[in-house]
Amino acid sequence: MEVKNLLNIEDLKQKSIEKINKEGLRVLICAGTGCVANGSLDIIKKFEERGINVQPLGEKEKMTAVPTGCHGFCEQGVLVVIPELDVTYVKVHLDDVDEIIESHIKGGKPVERLLYTDPATHNHVFKNEDIKFYAGQTRVSLANCGEINPEALEDTIAADGYKALHNVLAENNPDKVVEEITKSGLRGRGGGGFPTGRKWMFTKMARGDKKYVVCNGDEGDPGAFMDRSVMEGDPHKLLEGMAIAGFAVGADEAYIYVRAEYPLAIKRLRTAIKDAEAANLLGKNIMGTNFNFDIHIKEGAGAFVCGEETALIASIEGERGMPRPKPPFPANKGLFGKPTLINNVETLANVPVIMLKGADWFSSLGTDASKGTKTFALTGEVNNTGLIEVPMGTTLREIVFELGGGIRNGKKFKAVQIGGPSGGCLTEEHLDLTLDYDSLIKAGAMVGSGGLVVMNEDTCIVEVARFFMNFTQNESCGKCTPCREGTKNMLKILEKITRGEATLEDLDLLEELAMSVKDGSLCGLGKTAPNPVLSTLKYFRDEYIAHIVDKKCPAGVCTALKVIEIQPDQCRGCSKCSRICPVGAISGELKSPFTIDKEKCIKCGACLDSCPFKAIIQK
Amino acid sequence: MTTPSAQESLSTSNVNYSKVDKILERYEYKKSNLIAILQEVQAHYNFLPENVMTYLGTKMNVSPATVFGVATFYSQFSLEPKGKYVVKICDGTACHVRGSMPVYNAVMNRLKLTDGKFTTEDGLFSVETVSCLGACGLAPVCVINEKIYPKMTPDAILTIINNFVAEEGV
Repeated sequence: MEVKNLLNIEDLKQKSIEKINKEGLRVLICAGTGCVANGSLDIIKKFEERGINVQPLGEKEKMTAVPTGCHGFCEQGVLVVIPELDVTYVKVHLDDVDEIIESHIKGGKPVERLLYTDPATHNHVFKNEDIKFYAGQTRVSLANCGEINPEALEDTIAADGYKALHNVLAENNPDKVVEEITKSGLRGRGGGGFPTGRKWMFTKMARGDKKYVVCNGDEGDPGAFMDRSVMEGDPHKLLEGMAIAGFAVGADEAYIYVRAEYPLAIKRLRTAIKDAEAANLLGKNIMGTNFNFDIHIKEGAGAFVCGEETALIASIEGERGMPRPKPPFPANKGLFGKPTLINNVETLANVPVIMLKGADWFSSLGTDASKGTKTFALTGEVNNTGLIEVPMGTTLREIVFELGGGIRNGKKFKAVQIGGPSGGCLTEEHLDLTLDYDSLIKAGAMVGSGGLVVMNEDTCIVEVARFFMNFTQNESCGKCTPCREGTKNMLKILEKITRGEATLEDLDLLEELAMSVKDGSLCGLGKTAPNPVLSTLKYFRDEYIAHIVDKKCPAGVCTALKVIEIQPDQCRGCSKCSRICPVGAISGELKSPFTIDKEKCIKCGACLDSCPFKAIIQK
Repeated sequence: MTTPSAQESLSTSNVNYSKVDKILERYEYKKSNLIAILQEVQAHYNFLPENVMTYLGTKMNVSPATVFGVATFYSQFSLEPKGKYVVKICDGTACHVRGSMPVYNAVMNRLKLTDGKFTTEDGLFSVETVSCLGACGLAPVCVINEKIYPKMTPDAILTIINNFVAEEGV
């Protein structure tokens, strides 16, 4: 398949559609990281093995198993979707394949037990659109994820892949591309929220014979996986976005920096680049024009700070990934000293859609200052975990209680941590806050890359702040003192608090340090590292005080502050707890109350669940 | 664990660097490929032996300190041999709030490891935490030699470890 000249993209699309139609009934099986972990590769294999001899009910002659990217609903994996039968099967196991084929595909009778059950109504739901998790979404950058086979170029082409690049090359006006992106109001999806059009403009205007495009796929923010999903589920969209960016700013070479923890994304990207090159959609004289564009992949080696653009550039150059002061900005002096445009995966994945549907369409989504949609990785103590894409300005309540289906196990909502280690926490009072770049900054948090971790009443907020500080302290590159030493000392104080050894003076010092680190650090990592502490102090100061003054952890999480006791009046002396205790701390005589040796007790809580009389309590 | 390749790297005389040379050639001795070179060297030896890093520096015309600096900066690189089974417990935010630490503690106790000692005496197991594997929907997760195990509990991970132990017949 080769695009001989600019005119035949529609032709190519028709051919791709014909080829897909020949596949008969398409059974889409999720082959994203999450579903692969749940055994989807075996399920795909079984569908393939059975497929040859299956005659589906209706007109189709055969059935084809199509591995797809992530559907986003990882909680319910393995997901099997058959669009023509209007059905989504969830939690599919290898043993269920035969039943799906015999009962539904051949017999026309859906397998009810494998349908999604609405947690509120307990009704079976057939279609994706009727599942609340999907109903509230507007998928732009994720539109093809889960719908197409990411390793088959025809699937991409049939879904209008490379059409935007085709149009851009046909019009041959780079200024207009930059103008369109500027007009769309697209802002950097990696966290900063810098207007993408302006970044493109700067790189375009920079003087230089050689320019680069760099895609930041170093999704280091723990709890975020939207970039992984795009790279795994729709790699060609990213490549197309990069090529359009390259054409607009005048670059002919590009790098995708992918973190090493994403082996599947790396594999799919390599396949996609190879296929696109073979089809003359990348490489030399793309689609018969004089535009050349080569894309290379660089694997990261595990350093969170490489998400910072100057650190990422250093890492591509083979150095330690340490940030440098700006200016000069990468737009003027970036990779190998040349002007470089650096954008995040999700940002670039929005580009082909904007060029295809127009800036006006894109800017009709979202709020005044934050246009378009944003993906969020919804995780933690919520019923439906997974990846969602919603218009900017959606409220937290809609996300957590509508799409997310509320808090797990009927527990109470406490807070969400948004934006990962650089973000902050939002509480019940923010539930009706519309999520966009500016409203979140005002609330002391940030969109970040879009990690949204939901916490319930059993989560200790001080421990969460300690967790994030431990992360940033570990990942601080060590270049500037406020970040290197400041985060270390902040972590020490937080550890003291969770052990119940801190004083109120320590709390003052913690706040003072937080301000110094925020003001004095060079890059985004240090500047935002104190955010989780500052925002939790703002909204949950009483929990800090409880740890410090009352020496109590209200959520009962902090081990050092836990006291586990047997209530003598409830204990029947059955000895079950003493047998389950891993350190032999519980003793007593049968049929009389047992006691816990506080010196020996490691507060693991194993006895709590074991007691049939609920005589053991944790204070 | 002492594989032939690890032994080879540990004796300083008569070392055969032909495999390393091949890697260097493929990456054209370029400084900008240093990370990729280290990744392949580590894949070969299972860790980064000091003498090999010195050799790389000399061949690439950069100081051994530069190579060492890069190797120690990134968490993927290990300067010590790792076990046959590398157990990575994800401690990203989503996994953390869903209880990754009890899973980690269970493995550490089972394998009699402590903070500071992450590889078992017999060289079979190494245990480490990673900050996010991007499989947050299945939290808490763990990865053993590239295979992801979803929705872990202390009991579930012990079963997995015990199976490996039984397989190895120790």
